[in-house]
Amino acid sequence: MKFGVVVFPGSNCDSDTLHALRDVLNQDAVFLWHKDHDLKGVDCVVLPGGFAHGDYLRSGAIAKFSPLMREVGEHAARGGLVLGICNGFQVLLELGLLPGAMLRNKNLKFLCRFVTLRVENERTVFTNRARKGQVLRIPIAHFDGNYYAPPKVLDDVERNSQVVLRYADEQGRLTEEANVNGSMRSIAGLVNKAGNVMGLMPHPERASEALLGGTDGRVILESVIRGRAS
Amino acid sequence: MKVRILVSFKNSVLDPQGQTVKNALLTLGYGFVKDVRQGKVFELDLEGIDEAEARRLIPEIADKVLANPIIEKFSWDIMP
Repeated sequence: MKFGVVVFPGSNCDSDTLHALRDVLNQDAVFLWHKDHDLKGVDCVVLPGGFAHGDYLRSGAIAKFSPLMREVGEHAARGGLVLGICNGFQVLLELGLLPGAMLRNKNLKFLCRFVTLRVENERTVFTNRARKGQVLRIPIAHFDGNYYAPPKVLDDVERNSQVVLRYADEQGRLTEEANVNGSMRSIAGLVNKAGNVMGLMPHPERASEALLGGTDGRVILESVIRGRAS
Repeated sequence: MKVRILVSFKNSVLDPQGQTVKNALLTLGYGFVKDVRQGKVFELDLEGIDEAEARRLIPEIADKVLANPIIEKFSWDIMP
C-alpha cells in the first residue's frame, strides 16, 4: 500500500506520520506538497495534523483552497482512501468531504493528552482490525475539536453507521467527563457515506510505538494497510 | 469602496467564548448584560468594481471563504 502525506505550510505531524507508516509499519510512503497537482500514484492520502496555513480564519479554512485539494477530491470521488488526522479532519470538514464543523473545545483550552475512544463501527476500511466496542488509547492535541453538526445531519450519520470512534471512559462508557472537548454525540472520528474517507481528532501516529506511550494507533493504521472493509 | 463583513455564530450554535466574556462582564458588575456573542469583522478595500457588482460578489466571498455556513452567519455593509 502506498501512502501520501500532504504537507501544508504549518503541518507539524507530517514527519511523524511518514515515520509511523514507513519506518514502523514498513509501507511505501511519500510526502505530497500542497501546491502540486500530483498524487504520485498513492492509494491512501493522509492529511496530517498541525496548523495548515496557520489555521488563520478557521482551522482548515485556507487549506481547502490548496491546489492539491482538487486531486484529493477527485481521488475521494473515485473511491480512493483519504485519512484526515486532527487538522486533517478539520480540512476534510471544510472541504465538505465529511459532514459537520469544528468548534472551539468546550473548556476553551488546548487539550494535549491521551484519551480513550470506543470503536463504534469495526467494519470500515479504517477499523477492520478493531473489535466493536474496543477501547483504544490514543492522544489528542487540539483547540478546535468540538464536533458540531445540525441534528438532521447527526441523525443521518448515526443511521448510516458513519460514526467510527467516540470519546469514552476506560470502560467504554460515554460520559460527559470523557467527552473532553464537548463534541456532539461524543464523536471523535467518522467516515463518509461511501466509507473511503475518514477523519479523526486523535493522532494514531503518536501511538504507534511503545516508546511513545502506546501502540493503539496502529489499529487504525494497520486496518488501512490491510485495506479492505470487513 | 470599503465594505465591512461581520461573521458570527448562528443562534443555534453555542459560543463558549462569548459565554466567557459574558461571565467576565457579570463578575465586573455589569449585571444588565443578558448575552454575548463573539464574532469576527473583516474590512475589505475594493477597487475596479462598481457597487452593483460588489453587492453580488461580497455575499459570495462571505459564503465561500469568510464564514463556514454550517456554524456561522454573516452580514455586511458598505462603509461610508
